Amino acid sequence: MRLLDYLLGQNRKSSANHAKDRLQILLAHERSQSKAPDYLPKMRQEILEVISRYVDIDEENLQISLDADNGYEVLELNLILPDAKRGA
Amino acid sequence: MARVIVVTSGKGGVGKTTTSASVSAGLAARGHKVAVIDFDVGLRNLDLIMGCERRVVYDFVNVVQGEATIKQALIKDKKTPNLYVLAASQTRDKDALTQEGVERVIDELKADGFDFIICDSPAGIEKGAQLALYFADEAIIVTNPEVSSVRDSDRILGILQAKSRRAELGEAVKEHLVLTRYNPARVEAGEMLAMNDVVELLSVDLLGVVPESQDVLQASNAGTPVILQEGTDASEAYKDIVARFLGEEKPQRFLTVEHKSLFRKLFGK
Ligand SMILES: Nc1ncnc2c1ncn2[C@@H]1O[C@H](COP(=O)(O)OP(=O)(O)OP(=O)(O)O)[C@@H](O)[C@H]1O
Ligand SMILES: [Mg+2]
Repeated sequence: MRLLDYLLGQNRKSSANHAKDRLQILLAHERSQSKAPDYLPKMRQEILEVISRYVDIDEENLQISLDADNGYEVLELNLILPDAKRGA
Repeated sequence: MARVIVVTSGKGGVGKTTTSASVSAGLAARGHKVAVIDFDVGLRNLDLIMGCERRVVYDFVNVVQGEATIKQALIKDKKTPNLYVLAASQTRDKDALTQEGVERVIDELKADGFDFIICDSPAGIEKGAQLALYFADEAIIVTNPEVSSVRDSDRILGILQAKSRRAELGEAVKEHLVLTRYNPARVEAGEMLAMNDVVELLSVDLLGVVPESQDVLQASNAGTPVILQEGTDASEAYKDIVARFLGEEKPQRFLTVEHKSLFRKLFGK
């Protein structure tokens, strides 16, 4: 068993590598979140309210992110509209 | 000029108090005048690790609330000259510490000629931890090679960089990493994050690595900072950490296991 592990283990991804990959993604995400302006949650709520006046949407289908890109600050709004058949 | 150092981690139980005790004792043993303050209001642990629990008469909260003077509350360590302990209060009122009160205590210690004021932070990222780091000039981030500890360390670094007094003044808090409970065998087996991975993820200068060691528990049983347990790996690791903290160059140690022969590696044991 140990022999097999040892011989095969070389090109299989170790659990420590997996941990590192997950952390890399998570920390990048959390760092950008913590730099997001304080008004973001409230703005998200208000945008949701406006949209819901016109379409019936699920709160989870609205994604808002703020990114810095090439010196520009980009506010990205992503909304999945409900199924046209049921929405009408 | 006194340096105020917070020992912090976000996550609980990773080795902040162990590190505070050993770094304080190590700095004092090298001739510096050191005060170590337990900010863990309600839980009081540092006095036990330092072995002075039976000599606590007044505590940090008593001083902050004006019920005792600093001189009355500071406990002079019996093993190491120049070392003084300010115990935490066992009061259940977490709001017993105020920012103004803490500032007054730190200013008084500075005026008394202390070289280092070490603040042993409570776990968490809420008020208690924020108060412990607020006045810091430097921070020792204590991290275990494990996902949740690394994540919490990153969050506490964010708070240091945003909410400390230095951050408010537009100055940086100098950050140092202590990676503790490190198990080289598990790192080699690919089961534990390696030193380089953690340093890269957090991008903080490494002060040192402390191996996982039975001696830490024995030292705490005895009420002696583990740095004073001569000849143990943990003691050597903390001595290196103190030396590097004082600006000396020391190669990193305790990163590898003694290698087993190929035969033993292939067939186990
Ligand atoms: N290098 C080590 N090897 C083995 N055990 C260790 C090591 N460092 C710390 N420990 C053990 O881990 C436990 C927690 O340590 P410690 O009290 O220093 O952590 P802490 O971060 O101060 O905890 P808290 O968040 O509760 O204040 C203790 O039982 C201690 O003996
Ligand atoms: Mg502690």
